[in-house]
Amino acid sequence: MRQMKLRYPLLLVLATMVIAVLAACNGDDDATAGSRLDTVKERGNLIIAGRTDLAGFGFLDASGKNVGFDIDLGRAVAAAIFGDPNAIEVRPISASERGPTIQGGEVDVLTRNVTWTSTRDAQWGNYTTIMFYDGQGFMVRADSGFDSAFDLDGTTACVTSGTTTELNLADFFRQNGLSLETVVFEDTASVYGAYESGRCDIATSDKSQLAAIRSGFANPGDHKILPETISKEPLTPVVPHGDDQWFDLVKTVMWVLINAEEMGVTQANVDSMVSSDNIAIRRMLGAEGEFGQADLGLDADFAVDVIKAVGNYGEIYDRYMGPNGMSFELPRQSNELWLNGGLIYAPPLK
Amino acid sequence: MVGTPEVLPPSTSVGIVGWLKANLLSSPVNVALTVVVGTLTAIAAVAMARWLVSADWSPIHESLKLFLVGQYPSEELWRIGAVVVGATALMGVSWAVWGGVMRTFARIVAAAGLIVALTPIEPAGFDLAVRLWYLGSAASVALGFAVGRAASLGPKWVIRAWALAFFLGMALIWGFDERSLGSSLRMLFGAGATLTVVLAGAGWVGRFPLAVVLRWLAWGWAVVFVVTIVMAWGLGQTDLAPRVNTSRWGGLLLTFVLAIVGIVASFPIGVLLALGRRSRLPVLKGLSVAFIELVRGVPLVTLLFMTVVIVPLFLPQGTSFDLVLRAVFAITLFSSAYMAENIRGGLAAVPLGQIEGAKALGLGGFQTMLFIVLPQALRAVIPAIVGQFISLFKDTSLVVIVGLLDILGIGKSLFLGNVRWFGAQAEVYLFVAAVFWVFTFAMAYASRKVEESLGVGSR
Amino acid sequence: MSPIRRLLSYRGIPIWRDVRVLQAAGQLVSVMFVVSVLVFFVANLMSAADERGLSLGFDFLDQEAGFPIGESVIDYHPADSFLYAFGVGIANTLKAALLGVIFATLLGVAVGLARLSSNWLVRNLAGVYVQTIRNVPLLVQLFFWYFAVFQALPLVREAVRLPGPVYLSNRGLFMVWPRMTSTFDTWLGFLAVGLVVAVGLRFVLMRRERRSGRPSHAVVVPWLAFAAIGAIGWIAAGESPLGRSVPTLGEFNFEGGARITPEFGALLVGLVLYTATFIAEIVRAGIQSVSRGQSEAALALGLSSFQTTRLVVFPQALRVIVPPLISQYLNLTKNSSLAVAIAYPELFTVGRTMINQAGRAVPIFLLIMAAYLAMSLTWAAVGNLYNRRVQMVEH
Repeated sequence: MRQMKLRYPLLLVLATMVIAVLAACNGDDDATAGSRLDTVKERGNLIIAGRTDLAGFGFLDASGKNVGFDIDLGRAVAAAIFGDPNAIEVRPISASERGPTIQGGEVDVLTRNVTWTSTRDAQWGNYTTIMFYDGQGFMVRADSGFDSAFDLDGTTACVTSGTTTELNLADFFRQNGLSLETVVFEDTASVYGAYESGRCDIATSDKSQLAAIRSGFANPGDHKILPETISKEPLTPVVPHGDDQWFDLVKTVMWVLINAEEMGVTQANVDSMVSSDNIAIRRMLGAEGEFGQADLGLDADFAVDVIKAVGNYGEIYDRYMGPNGMSFELPRQSNELWLNGGLIYAPPLK
Repeated sequence: MVGTPEVLPPSTSVGIVGWLKANLLSSPVNVALTVVVGTLTAIAAVAMARWLVSADWSPIHESLKLFLVGQYPSEELWRIGAVVVGATALMGVSWAVWGGVMRTFARIVAAAGLIVALTPIEPAGFDLAVRLWYLGSAASVALGFAVGRAASLGPKWVIRAWALAFFLGMALIWGFDERSLGSSLRMLFGAGATLTVVLAGAGWVGRFPLAVVLRWLAWGWAVVFVVTIVMAWGLGQTDLAPRVNTSRWGGLLLTFVLAIVGIVASFPIGVLLALGRRSRLPVLKGLSVAFIELVRGVPLVTLLFMTVVIVPLFLPQGTSFDLVLRAVFAITLFSSAYMAENIRGGLAAVPLGQIEGAKALGLGGFQTMLFIVLPQALRAVIPAIVGQFISLFKDTSLVVIVGLLDILGIGKSLFLGNVRWFGAQAEVYLFVAAVFWVFTFAMAYASRKVEESLGVGSR
Repeated sequence: MSPIRRLLSYRGIPIWRDVRVLQAAGQLVSVMFVVSVLVFFVANLMSAADERGLSLGFDFLDQEAGFPIGESVIDYHPADSFLYAFGVGIANTLKAALLGVIFATLLGVAVGLARLSSNWLVRNLAGVYVQTIRNVPLLVQLFFWYFAVFQALPLVREAVRLPGPVYLSNRGLFMVWPRMTSTFDTWLGFLAVGLVVAVGLRFVLMRRERRSGRPSHAVVVPWLAFAAIGAIGWIAAGESPLGRSVPTLGEFNFEGGARITPEFGALLVGLVLYTATFIAEIVRAGIQSVSRGQSEAALALGLSSFQTTRLVVFPQALRVIVPPLISQYLNLTKNSSLAVAIAYPELFTVGRTMINQAGRAVPIFLLIMAAYLAMSLTWAAVGNLYNRRVQMVEH
């Protein structure tokens, strides 16, 4: 009697286990099919480690959409692969999570004001191309009487943990024999909250970030950024180690953005530029010849999608930090094209 | 306000004077204590009242939607409304069936819905539709009560309805797209296969009558399976309820999802771990003890950090799973270890005679455990279990540290872009504290009532 | 009959229904399951180490840390090693945990007794405090204390001056603190002598008390002796052995005296207020667990009400109180990790920074877990020690 009862459910168990194993295998196939490009295509979107808390670089617009200079670089990659700049998932992370996040290989691109350093290059992942030249500075209250970073002996500084700024700060004060009290916060908002409340005399970070925050204060004139730049901060999108094709793909998309600005291809004129008589432009837009698209696993005309989606480098910059930008105005200076005396330079697309 | 004795006229009724003498003025020391403490309380109360009146509540007023549901898309909010109305309707039914503490809660919820719907202030985005949803939740309590009364449902059915509502609610909040059929099925199979293997293993080891377990499993599974397929396939074709990525869930919604899923998942795991720890099989026991002690020995933040940041290092390249799910995973791990220890206390309290009696009546090991030991054990530790649920609910706030925007995270993020609100930090955090307090206090109250009605602790 | 034939002709319980076989198989399966999961994880980690150059060794620990730490119990400099920086984190955690435990116990016991007070106002105020604070997440409270209270204190130039002097500003609490002078060592010698004398007195008096059965003030007399010798030493040393270090406002901040930073202050206040509510409930339940008959009997035997509490009720209540109390101490220690949200550089905060700066997630994470486990085991050992002592007394 009892054995009779047992038989039916036992069969059911076996059947489900078989199905489950099959389903699981099916899933595994998808996940381990090989390159990251295949994984991304199968997944249907690009996962970006970014931020939502810094005007200009990564923030939410009025409708709650992820926008910003860094985010647009990610959107460019999504547009290159899917033709759709919205096929992204932005994972907001704190500064001190950046290392392990990209090492984990769970995100496809890390684009969150990451400074390129040799240790990080060795440890974290592959650095693609410098997209923003920055340097560390100090913000103080205008009425504090400080005119130079060398006046700051004996002050208190607020800084974000796990950043290069944290390390530079220690170096700078050691180098110059100055004493300093530091308060190290996990998140950017707390740094400036504490600075605002008077917990710290100075707030220190990349100058672009200081400019962003200063513009957000009720009275930007109450705060000033000291002239010294104490470090080089080349901000660069990072991809996980171990997949050369993916590394090359992201690099090439960045180069397209820069080359497009060089050649004057914009969001508005990209469609007509396809029939331009300039060979280099026609090649970039996939109308003629080849510059490695097939090896990268991209469509010949992916550059059209990219530029249509986010514009060229200059357009992305101006969207957030140009004269009428969404966030604040920051002169391009080092981030001008090399043609105009800046440092932004990309290899040719050939 | 408690009146200090000086301001009370002595000619009031003897009862009050007597009460004062007994409770406030019984000895010179007590008189002094009353005067000092009373004065201090009065000063503090006045200061607090003054602050409350002058406080700047605009951050809360203007961001109420964020506090409630985070970045959940506005045009999809009807789904949250539907889930809430469904839950309140079930509360009405539960009131009709059980009465007791359910009656209190159902009435409070209905009253709260009514008050919010009719309140004259208008926070940002609080339009007529939102008001109607609140009104609807109040009405659905009444409707549910009426239905429960008329249909005279058994408690068994109400429990089943709650369980089904849990799955349906989660599915509706999450939504469907054309890809969801495949992923739903895969998740279902994955979860089901794990459950089957665990139960089958447990059945072998503990000599459970497999048939009973599997019959439940088969039924439950069939229902969930059919519902999932119908919803995923049916709704995936339409734009009725598109997938809302968990990265957009936030506020009180996220807090609730984390807490409810955490509670639902950690309770059975805790029971299994407690049984494992008491098992005579050395391996099972060793694994249970190791898990429980390791997890209890470290803070929850480190576990959250582990599942969010460290675990991906241990997974194949390119694997990625949901951030909210990972947070739930850490919370469940942590809570189930504590739950196991609470339940173990209850198991130890069941007299050996009960087990011997059951054996003498011819019950098997599984039946003894399920029908004799566990009910008594769990009843004995209801306060501890609810205490653990309360802890879990409070602990959900730690997800802020790994970047999720629960109600506390929303409160914190308000200051990101809004320098003008820097001065209102006290208001925001007090508001968040008050919200948490209301729910934890309600849970504690319910626990006390249930305890009383079961006669636990009256020995 | 050959063994094989015996096996074939076996007609007992079939193997697949033999409990022992099933149990062994079940255990084997679970071990295999756990092992294979571990192997899966480790294999992935190894392949990640291969493909993505993930470093798994601990050799980086003696490299220069390079990052600053806000405050530390032991001296720290960015040029110190990663290992030392981690030690700073541990020391900061221990500081928060020890001070937290002391103050939470004091407050918790006071509130627990207040909950049992015959005074209606005191009793209910204590109840309101317990019910309010314990039902709000600790992290919310920490945010409140740090961002809404400590950072909202006056600027350092407008610091509030309290008697002492104690200065209160959003740079922290600065207070007068003793400073050792040149004669401090002499005085310390006197104190040591005083301690020896006091311990000896206590021993002698206790013995007499036990023999004669009459109270011989074995508590008060040694303390008096200690205080007296200390006082003599203070005078004999000539110059006062302790001076006052008074905080004075420097260019940007106060200097001198003792300081509690806002970060540590907020953490301590949060931890103490929160944990004290749980301790209060434990104390209350412990005292209520001693049956009324015990104190009535003690009073009937002629013990004073103070003696009744100290000698009869308290020791019995303690047996109920201590085990859950220790688990609260453990919780407090673990909860100090929430300081990561308010910039107090304890173990977890420093560990997280190290993970990013050294680029070694797995080794440092293991260190963090090991450190917390060690602290938990220490508390558990304390608890076991106490339980064993109580049990010995019982026999």
